[in-house]
Amino acid sequence: MIRKSLVIIGGGPAGMAAALGAVENGLAPDEILILERDKRLGGILNQCIHNGFGLHTFKEELTGPEYAARYEAQIKAKKISYKLGTMVMSIRDGEEKEIIAMNGQEGILEIYAKAVILAMGCRERPRGALNIPGYRPAGIFSAGTAQYYVNMEGKLPGKEVVILGSGDIGLIMAHRMTLEGAKVKAVAELMPYSGGLKRNIVQCLQDFDIPLLLSHTVVDIHGKERVEGVTIAKVDEKSAPIPGTEKYYSCDTLLLSCGLIPENELSLGCGITLSPVTGGPVVNESLETNIPGVFACGNVLHVHDLVDFVSGEAKEAGERSAEYVRNLSAPEAEEGIPVLAENGVRYTVPATIRTQHMKESQTIRFRVGKEYRGVKVCVYLDNTLLRSIPKRTMAPGEMEKVVLLKKDLADRNVKSIRITVEE
Amino acid sequence: MFDVLIIGGGVSGCCIARELSKRTWKVGLLEAEPDICEGTSKANSGIAHAGFDAKPGTLMAKLNVRGNALLEELAPKLDIPLKRNGALVLCFEEEGLPKLQELYDRGVINGVKNLKLLSGKEARELEPSISPEVKGALYAGDSGIVCPFGLTIAMAENAAENGVEFFRGYRVTGVEQGDNGIYRVSCDNGLVLETKVVINAAGVYSDRIHNMLPEKEGHMTMEIHPRKGEYCLYDKQAGNLVQHTIFQLPGAYGKGTLVTPTVHGNLLIGPTAEDVPEKNAVATTRAGVDKLLLNASRSVDKLPPTKQVITSFAGLRAHHADHDFIIEESAGYPGFIDVAGIESPGLTSAPAIGEYVAELVQEILPAALKENFKEVRKGIVTLEGKTLEEKKTIVSENPAYANIICRCESISEGEILAAIHRPVGATTLDGVKRRVRAGMGRCQGGFCSPKVVEILARELGIPVEEVRKSGEASVIIYGGVK
Repeated sequence: MIRKSLVIIGGGPAGMAAALGAVENGLAPDEILILERDKRLGGILNQCIHNGFGLHTFKEELTGPEYAARYEAQIKAKKISYKLGTMVMSIRDGEEKEIIAMNGQEGILEIYAKAVILAMGCRERPRGALNIPGYRPAGIFSAGTAQYYVNMEGKLPGKEVVILGSGDIGLIMAHRMTLEGAKVKAVAELMPYSGGLKRNIVQCLQDFDIPLLLSHTVVDIHGKERVEGVTIAKVDEKSAPIPGTEKYYSCDTLLLSCGLIPENELSLGCGITLSPVTGGPVVNESLETNIPGVFACGNVLHVHDLVDFVSGEAKEAGERSAEYVRNLSAPEAEEGIPVLAENGVRYTVPATIRTQHMKESQTIRFRVGKEYRGVKVCVYLDNTLLRSIPKRTMAPGEMEKVVLLKKDLADRNVKSIRITVEE
Repeated sequence: MFDVLIIGGGVSGCCIARELSKRTWKVGLLEAEPDICEGTSKANSGIAHAGFDAKPGTLMAKLNVRGNALLEELAPKLDIPLKRNGALVLCFEEEGLPKLQELYDRGVINGVKNLKLLSGKEARELEPSISPEVKGALYAGDSGIVCPFGLTIAMAENAAENGVEFFRGYRVTGVEQGDNGIYRVSCDNGLVLETKVVINAAGVYSDRIHNMLPEKEGHMTMEIHPRKGEYCLYDKQAGNLVQHTIFQLPGAYGKGTLVTPTVHGNLLIGPTAEDVPEKNAVATTRAGVDKLLLNASRSVDKLPPTKQVITSFAGLRAHHADHDFIIEESAGYPGFIDVAGIESPGLTSAPAIGEYVAELVQEILPAALKENFKEVRKGIVTLEGKTLEEKKTIVSENPAYANIICRCESISEGEILAAIHRPVGATTLDGVKRRVRAGMGRCQGGFCSPKVVEILARELGIPVEEVRKSGEASVIIYGGVK
């Protein structure tokens, strides 16, 4: 049996930054335990060998493994304990949080903690959830699986490739597979805009003359044993394929990059409320879930575009968890003020703010539901406009934020905070 | 020289193999694909049908009811996942109620027990999530759910333990009878086997095997029509929508769609019914899936959102125009036994088909019962459903069980190694999936398939480039990067 103040589930960028945040805020390193299911720390960064990481955090351009290595070095320097190859099977709330985990060396572990940080990351949406008709041959991979094969195993999963979905991993794999000698024939995107970062569209597709087919989708998969081709069709405003627009692309591989889903099976198992929009836990200003002492950060909370923002958010979760452990006996704080996502804003993190626990400034992150040009993001306290921020462009693929100051809310009996998009 | 050669390693072939292994015959089984359970047996509803549906007096009716009873008896002996969850046949219109009565009467004639006619209200009390439109229902307490892979593989493993030889990846290209009455069965890889008795259990291909023997009196050309059924499988989060298997009374809305929990806790809806020209035309279609969703939403009040669908698939029924099982020795070719037209309720009937065929073989080639027949087969040890203490014991005895490979279904390396090294073990990615569910969860193998490929390559001593998903051409990796 193991007893710790804080157990962090996941040793990727979120888990590592959370641990460092907790130490910075006074928690002893030996009171922390990180549980990582892979053979090394770093999570998905280990297979993201392209660069572009760290511009915000380190003011320089790093590859994924380099970015992870910097955090890993700090974890080791601070002597924060972690276990690798360790899979958490369940979390249970109680007087203490009970975590059942296991690994090949120690067998089954029963771990008790005062606080838990969820940092399990996300997974890719599989074909089934996309309802793509056709055969079910070999050669259909999620973009991340293909990335694993190429970058981690040094193996090529295909030679002639069509990619469905223009999420960042899909764009990066279009580039990566091309460099490895594969022919990427097209990237089809159901929406009239790409879900990926603009820089990736330019660097990964345009620089290699790979066509990006917006408002297109795969309507049939051919090949009984290995993929032999796909049929792509144009779609209307309701995303329904338009008859007569079908075009056949011969290929041996179909990569899917159609969105990421926070991996919250453990959270559900212990009774944590999830947001139907993000698929991640509903959290307050402290990134704390509906279960006191259980925090969430990174892609398990909501899918981020940049790892730098994951690290920032996770550091905060770590700091907040240290506070929680310190003030365990403090009385329950007041009900939070709901933060409402309205008119084009799909969700906000956090979803509630307790003014007592608020720092001097509070970042509210959100995403919009479609592309916007020349609009403003407005923050209302009840019906009073607090702030209006002009935005030249906004897109669903890029996470937005507004900052709320503690003094904005001081001496006002605010019932709700509303974030909206206005012309 | 074999006494009996079975052509086809689906659920019928494997049940026949297990039944034949009780006697002293030398038995072989030829399967065209690299693994057993690759055709109709892998893609169906997974229902242990009670037996009220088949026309009284048919072989189908008889073997359905017998098969269902045998399943009950065999499930604990062979570690077959089976659950008696009961079924409801829903009727949405007053005018349909006499048809429910008809089904009930038919069931009684077929010898089905535990049938009950319910009012709409009673049906909703039993299964609250069914549609408020339901006017009445037939309840069948003896209906159950079974894992089609689990059943087929358990039979094959037990047959192999009892001496049946399995030849996987051997596609039969010719069957001929010599003057001495002995059959020569040739395969595409050059292997020729001799046997006294041939059992044609080739599913949708059973007409091809049948027709390999020249037509003569008592042996007319046979035709099997592949009839496709599409399905959607939902995440386990949706698995509790219904407790019973929900059928619809066949009526104005065409052949009904079922909504059922699976024995592993997912939700399954299907099938459609469409005659297709090819014997491997298992593509799903947008129209098919849309129709399924529409039909299923008639049975239940609130179908889970489609984003909870984790996979869609299609299977082929081996349909014969007579719509009955054809299980008989050819009058023209003594010792050649057809097991054809095995469509629903073929899965349920399979154990009874095995028994029935064994009786036919015993008449042709009498043999004694083996003294050392092993009737018990233990399934692969799993962590699922075990207490913490039990898990600790399993893990301490075999540390590979603590190395989780498939996150979604919590399947460890220990289970995957067992799947590969058992009798008739897995040699493909799909083979592992069907034996231990690695890759069958909500991410559909995104995380675990590279790891399973690696384990398969290591354990089989082959390069990863040679690991297949299922069939010969279904390679996964094309070699190294630049």
